[in-house]
Amino acid sequence: MTETLPATEAPADGLINGLYREGMPIADSVAPSGPIADRWALRQFEAKLVNPANRRKLSVIIVGTGLAGAAAGATLGEAGYQVKSFCYQDSPRRAHSIAAQGGINAAKNYKGDGDSAYRLFYDTVKGGDYRSRESNVYRLAEVSTSIIDQCVAQGVPFAREYGGMLDNRSFGGVQVSRTFYARGQTGQQLLIGAYQALERQIAAGSVQMYSRHEMLELVMVEGVARGIIARDMVTGEIETHLADAVVLATGGYGNVFYLSTNAMGCNVTANWRAHRKGAYFANPCYTQIHPTCIPVSGEYQSKLTLMSESLRNDGRIWVPKRAEDGSKDPREIPEEDRDYYLERIYPAFGNLVPRDIASRAAKNVCDEGRGVGPGGLGVYLDFADSIERLGKSAVESKYGNLFDMYQRITGENPYELPMRIYPAVHYTMGGLWVDYDLQSNIPGLFVAGEANFSDHGANRLGASALMQGLADGYFVLPNTIRNYLAEGPYPKIEENDPAVVEAREQVQQRIDHFLSVNGTRSVDSYHKALGKIMWDKCGMERSEEGLKEAIAEIRELRADFWQNVRVLGSADTINQSLEKAGRVADFIELGELMCVDALHRRESCGGHFRVESQTEDGEALRKDDEFAYVAAWESGGEDGAPILHKEDLVYEFVEMKQRSYK
Amino acid sequence: MKLTLKIWRQGGPSADGEMVTYPIEGVSEDMSFLEMLDVLNEELIAKGEEPVAFDSDCREGICGMCGLVINGQAHGPEVTTTCQLHMRSFSDGDEISIEPWRAEAFPVLKDLCVDRTSFDRIIQAGGYISANTGAAPDAAATLVPKDDADRAFMGAECIGCGACVAACPNASGMLFMGAKVTHLGELPQGQPERYARVVSMVDQHDAEGFGGCTNLGECSRACPKGIPLNVISQMNRDLQRAKLGKH
Amino acid sequence: MAITGLIFVGFILAHMYGNLMIFAGEEAFDEYAEHLRELLTPMLPYGGALWILRIVLLASLVGHAYAAFALWSRAGKARKSRYAVSGVAKSLFVSKAMRWGGVALLLFLVFHILHFTTNTIQINGDFDSPAARLVSSFEVWWAVGIYTLAVLALGMHLLHGVWGAGMTLGLNTSIAAAERLRIAAVLIAVVTVVGFLLPPFAILFGIIP
Ligand SMILES: Cc1cc2nc3c(=O)[nH]c(=O)nc-3n(C[C@H](O)[C@H](O)[C@H](O)COP(=O)(O)OP(=O)(O)OC[C@H]3O[C@@H](n4cnc5c(N)ncnc54)[C@H](O)[C@@H]3O)c2cc1C
Ligand code: HEM
Ligand code: FES
Repeated sequence: MTETLPATEAPADGLINGLYREGMPIADSVAPSGPIADRWALRQFEAKLVNPANRRKLSVIIVGTGLAGAAAGATLGEAGYQVKSFCYQDSPRRAHSIAAQGGINAAKNYKGDGDSAYRLFYDTVKGGDYRSRESNVYRLAEVSTSIIDQCVAQGVPFAREYGGMLDNRSFGGVQVSRTFYARGQTGQQLLIGAYQALERQIAAGSVQMYSRHEMLELVMVEGVARGIIARDMVTGEIETHLADAVVLATGGYGNVFYLSTNAMGCNVTANWRAHRKGAYFANPCYTQIHPTCIPVSGEYQSKLTLMSESLRNDGRIWVPKRAEDGSKDPREIPEEDRDYYLERIYPAFGNLVPRDIASRAAKNVCDEGRGVGPGGLGVYLDFADSIERLGKSAVESKYGNLFDMYQRITGENPYELPMRIYPAVHYTMGGLWVDYDLQSNIPGLFVAGEANFSDHGANRLGASALMQGLADGYFVLPNTIRNYLAEGPYPKIEENDPAVVEAREQVQQRIDHFLSVNGTRSVDSYHKALGKIMWDKCGMERSEEGLKEAIAEIRELRADFWQNVRVLGSADTINQSLEKAGRVADFIELGELMCVDALHRRESCGGHFRVESQTEDGEALRKDDEFAYVAAWESGGEDGAPILHKEDLVYEFVEMKQRSYK
Repeated sequence: MKLTLKIWRQGGPSADGEMVTYPIEGVSEDMSFLEMLDVLNEELIAKGEEPVAFDSDCREGICGMCGLVINGQAHGPEVTTTCQLHMRSFSDGDEISIEPWRAEAFPVLKDLCVDRTSFDRIIQAGGYISANTGAAPDAAATLVPKDDADRAFMGAECIGCGACVAACPNASGMLFMGAKVTHLGELPQGQPERYARVVSMVDQHDAEGFGGCTNLGECSRACPKGIPLNVISQMNRDLQRAKLGKH
Repeated sequence: MAITGLIFVGFILAHMYGNLMIFAGEEAFDEYAEHLRELLTPMLPYGGALWILRIVLLASLVGHAYAAFALWSRAGKARKSRYAVSGVAKSLFVSKAMRWGGVALLLFLVFHILHFTTNTIQINGDFDSPAARLVSSFEVWWAVGIYTLAVLALGMHLLHGVWGAGMTLGLNTSIAAAERLRIAAVLIAVVTVVGFLLPPFAILFGIIP
């Protein structure tokens, strides 16, 4: 079924579909050209240097202490700049990077299996479904090897072989073993390495740490980012922090779906405040959905837990053929009544199809009513065959800790009953638009890690987010931001500068508003409602109709939220409802933009499937002639309609191909 | 399930606190402990009462943000983090007491939230390897015997939750420190600073007001990551060598 | 704490060995007591070695007790507000047993020195010979009772004390080392308890006349 879609024409008021406007196209003005392998070296050479004696006079604010933020903070501190670092947790060590399990890619080729920077670059561009920039991705692949060197030097205990060499595994369906790992705790170990480097700089006095501080506004003076307004989450004090440059490394916004594998506090506030001040938000609708998560067990569910994708190597995925068998004991459903749907539809890849395909197939069978477990939102991941073939102890030694985790959460024993899994939101490829230097369209505002629109295009390969976070933090940003800082120190700004006062007042007004509405609904109830709209209509599968409904529903929700939310307590102590209110307010606005972005992108691409754009046998159909661009959204003008700026993507080195897994 | 919760409520760092009783009904055994508290909080908000403040973030047992003393046990009756504790560990009609970590080095900020920045300061004192960005040799240049790597990893598993301190009758932070000393001290990269590290970390630990270790082992039993007591012994050994200048 | 504790352990074992001399008869025991005072003479004056030993022991005792009280008060300062519900922690018992048990041993020690060394407390008659003092005292059942309680308290103290000393000295650096240390602690405690209790009970039941 290949439908021809109605062409979007700009009507007289300039509003396309009544929702957005199109602005001037944009381009990445700093990316060098020439041979791809030389570009990063060239850019580093061209970027201006800062004399060590001058660095002390230059200050940088870094919001976020995940892999990107902690690495950048440590590196800039070592270089001698004055750094102020912020995180909302009680310690920088708790940033959400800590939760990454699987591993980190690097083109070290220690296994001698033909890996190279070029191959990693190629795989990542292809994995991103040809929606990322070649220059950025090549740089990422190039610095990947230095990341491993750096981490080992810091004491990150990567897995080793008996001979003492670093071990690697193959991950996410690639054909080379390039993934470095530390049991199932790679993110934790990498973050602790970066955190310790950061603490070392805190001890040295080059970094000042502000934990339990939440950035609530960006300070712009004469069109340039000059600082932030942050709330001390313990005393409630609204603080002004000014600097020569601001870096946002605030992570992803998967929590717009309420339920996701992200930590409870992950939010879009820092990014959204910057967006409202003029920073472009790129590809907001690009989200990644992970197929092997533990399903929702009830209304009270607060978050979803990911289980390593490696489970699909030995588990077989199935649902009953008949919907009425869904409530039976799975062990009593005979072989002939089971539908091993991935093996049936994708015989070549079977249970190992990429994340997006596995996720959508699960959704489809559940939509048909054949799902299992509470609410019918789950499919079986069955190890019975492997246990018979390999023996229980072999399965245990491979997956023991995952099985234990599953049992702890569900109370079911996966050695006896098949596991139940369901897809969940896991990562957001969208984020603030940045150029090759990681600078947003606002001068002085840099964005790193998952917070920027990143190098992953429309879909991220496994084990590459950690790589990108550390690449940005250790190697890219410190080398590009100096080009900007070399022009400084920028004129000193007083705390009573009108622009600063205004930003502070905006923050205060929002807080006062939340505490004075005294409505009837809790913040969480709004967040859940938003999440449901987003998951149903802007999740794995999107349709024109659904997205339009979603936009209308979100607008209603937003109006109700501002009039009817109930936030108790005061502003001068820890007040978690107040914190959440600010975050949910921003999520609601982001949700709408995501739907607008999804609506305008009338193609199936990467992690998302657009119903109106599929091949005859129901597979995703990408439309390179129409949509091979980055959609960078400028915050709305007077009527609030966002403005779309397109950045064309040009492929000089990798040839664009449709994916096929049949 | 129907439960009676007794929860420590404290308005702020300098306010007096007290245990307050809250009945709760309709608790499902599939709920996590923190989800049960979420439900309580929604009920409190509906009634116009301020919800209970407690910390959590990843809710996967890895970030170390959560931590409650449940019926007198840090992280409750199972060997796991509070966020990974599920209500099936309790039964209908139970009375459950919920308190914050209690230690002078972890002052209570509000209700069940405490300030653990003292741990960060211990790390600042030396819990790192000084390796500036960009100066690292190739990762494969130094081989690390698997046993050493595994032992380092065991120490590195610490999530910094503070349960060891909460559970210790002396409110000592030795397990936390021992874990870090073992992690870094087992690796070749950690050797140059090995002995200076342990001395300054221990000094900082004492200055923060943690108690001393009397080798009772409660910390290790409460540790959600099962970090063994021998990391403390390792630290003592390194400390002695450092003091005797024997290294 | 570990060093002073281990000095005690050494002393206790030697002391126990000495006590067991009573099985060789009262003369042998008295000879042994006399020999202690003649140790290293004429390099040292008569009783010199014993006095050096006493000084070392006293210093250890002061050090040991001082460290114990310092830890105790530090623990109090490290947790000023107590848990409303205290856990089922078995270490709470161990912790209390070490502290109060230590105090009890100290009190016993005073009693014990007044009894055997200074001869201030006399049970069942006044004798010059240490062996005679010993034998006559333990013919009285409540004297055996007091010593039994004290020795059991000592055994408990050692059970945790030896383990703790090993930990503090950095001897426990692996799972296997922990196991060895546990066994050593149990062994020393059991040997001490049995070794010290043999003479009094042997006397009480008339095995030693
Ligand atoms: C369960 C899970 C498993 C994963 N596994 C893998 C894997 O195996 N391999 C892989 O490559 N990737 C994996 N990922 C993705 C990867 O972990 C993340 O993309 C990456 O760690 C993000 O790092 P970051 O530094 O950008 O942000 P984060 O680590 O999310 O850090 C964000 C920081 O910003 C701070 N912050 C946010 N908002 C504010 C604010 N308003 N004010 C102040 N501070 C703020 C936070 O306190 C935090 O310090 C996984 C992700 C999840 C959720
Ligand atoms: C049943 C058990 C015990 C018996 C029969 C016993 C017997 C004795 C005797 C006979 C002496 C005097 C020796 C001499 O002066 O020549 C002595 C001294 C001493 N005992 Fe014990 N003892 C016992 C248990 C203990 C215990 C539990 C301790 C405490 C740790 C202890 C500590 C000492 C000390 C410190 C001295 C000597 C001090 C000195 O002479 O300076 N004893 N004991
Ligand atoms: S919330 Fe992260 S460990 Fe419990």
